Amino acid sequence: MSRPEDSLPPDLFYNDVESRKYTTSSRIRNIQADMTHRALELLDLQEPSFILDVGCGSGLSGEILSSVEEEDGGPHMWVGMDISSSMLAQALERDVEGDMLLADIGQGVAFRPGTFDAAISISAIQWLCNAETSDVSPEGRLKRFFDSLYASLKRGGKAVCQFYPKNAQQRSMITNAAIKAGFGAGILEDDPETKSVKVYLVLSVGGGDVTGAVSGMQDVDVYDTRRKERKRGKEFEKKGSKAWIMRKKGQMEAKGKVVKPSSKYTGRKRKTAF
Amino acid sequence: MKLLTLNFLTCARKACKTSAASFPLHPREAELEQVELDMNPQFIRNVLPRVEWEAMRSISQELGLPSLPDTAPGPEELADAEGGPTQILKDLHTLLMETTIASGKLLCANCGHEYAIKEGIANFLLPSHLV
Ligand SMILES: C[S@@+](CC[C@H](N)C(=O)[O-])C[C@H]1O[C@@H](n2cnc3c(N)ncnc32)[C@H](O)[C@@H]1O
Ligand SMILES: [Zn+2]
Repeated sequence: MSRPEDSLPPDLFYNDVESRKYTTSSRIRNIQADMTHRALELLDLQEPSFILDVGCGSGLSGEILSSVEEEDGGPHMWVGMDISSSMLAQALERDVEGDMLLADIGQGVAFRPGTFDAAISISAIQWLCNAETSDVSPEGRLKRFFDSLYASLKRGGKAVCQFYPKNAQQRSMITNAAIKAGFGAGILEDDPETKSVKVYLVLSVGGGDVTGAVSGMQDVDVYDTRRKERKRGKEFEKKGSKAWIMRKKGQMEAKGKVVKPSSKYTGRKRKTAF
Repeated sequence: MKLLTLNFLTCARKACKTSAASFPLHPREAELEQVELDMNPQFIRNVLPRVEWEAMRSISQELGLPSLPDTAPGPEELADAEGGPTQILKDLHTLLMETTIASGKLLCANCGHEYAIKEGIANFLLPSHLV
């Protein structure tokens, strides 16, 4: 299947027709809701928070933030940014609770330093890799985005960006831009090596050890420059992590052993251990 | 746009980043609309220390709203003896969460750029020569 990112710029791709189709599809609504819940689990917010939703679209991700129950630390308040006026029009029609801006995240996030407790982005930031005109490059736009996102978060704040990298090069271009901006960064994959793989970039604005905040999280492979050097550029695979389990399973299967089928819960710890 | 959001927005132009005059943005020809919302006392408690009270006062004045106290209410003023919401908390809720700019413009006092607001959504797209 061809990627929409390769066909048109986002504001043209998400026109009135496509935005309506996207927003009313129950299949898409379910997928976006699942991923937003996953992102919230990774953010682990303890109290009603002020959240930036990057590429908020028609509010499918944002409305999940508004609906978090009091006993689960919610409900949260969100501000969304999106470049497609048609997507935002859908959000208005659906009467979402968040505030929204028509804005291009590649031009930066125009909020005071330390504004947000957290940020999420669901299925949006891969679009930043598709900009090629004389005055803008994907690298320049990624830098502008991550630098300003970093500044807009409070100290100890976190961001979780689920995205669809086209290939390994795009994935590392995005991750590296985040690290260069100062974030502690980790990557988590749900259903790795399947067609429905989901990649989450987990970012923290930390003092001290920048990787500390993400290394305690379930299944998150931490990017640490020192470790990376030792492992010669390979991602760090923690024993017991999902990547590790999947590799072991592969080895066992290859030896003809019976292996439990993998699911999205493979390698996840029970909720209480989180 | 909620007044809460306006209290955190700055001009998007790179050249304005270091200028104190790029915050707050100034509402012009603003049409206000009250949008009802469930009160979230915990959220207000959490976000209030981050609100720039001076800016809030000047924004309210520019919008012709009743004048605000000189200093921001402290956390102890938000709940009564039984832990219930005080009038101050309710007023903050009305001001920050329910008072919205439905249409108008936001002006940067540093560069003079105007961001249009329509149907409550501000347009922060910059033409490429202003990025
Ligand atoms: C697949 S939709 C996801 C929307 C929403 N987060 C959700 O979960 O339903 C991707 C969104 O990213 C937005 N987007 C793409 N590039 C963008 C940019 N440079 N600035 C702001 N939004 C952008 C698109 O307009 C689109 O609404
Ligand atoms: Zn300006």
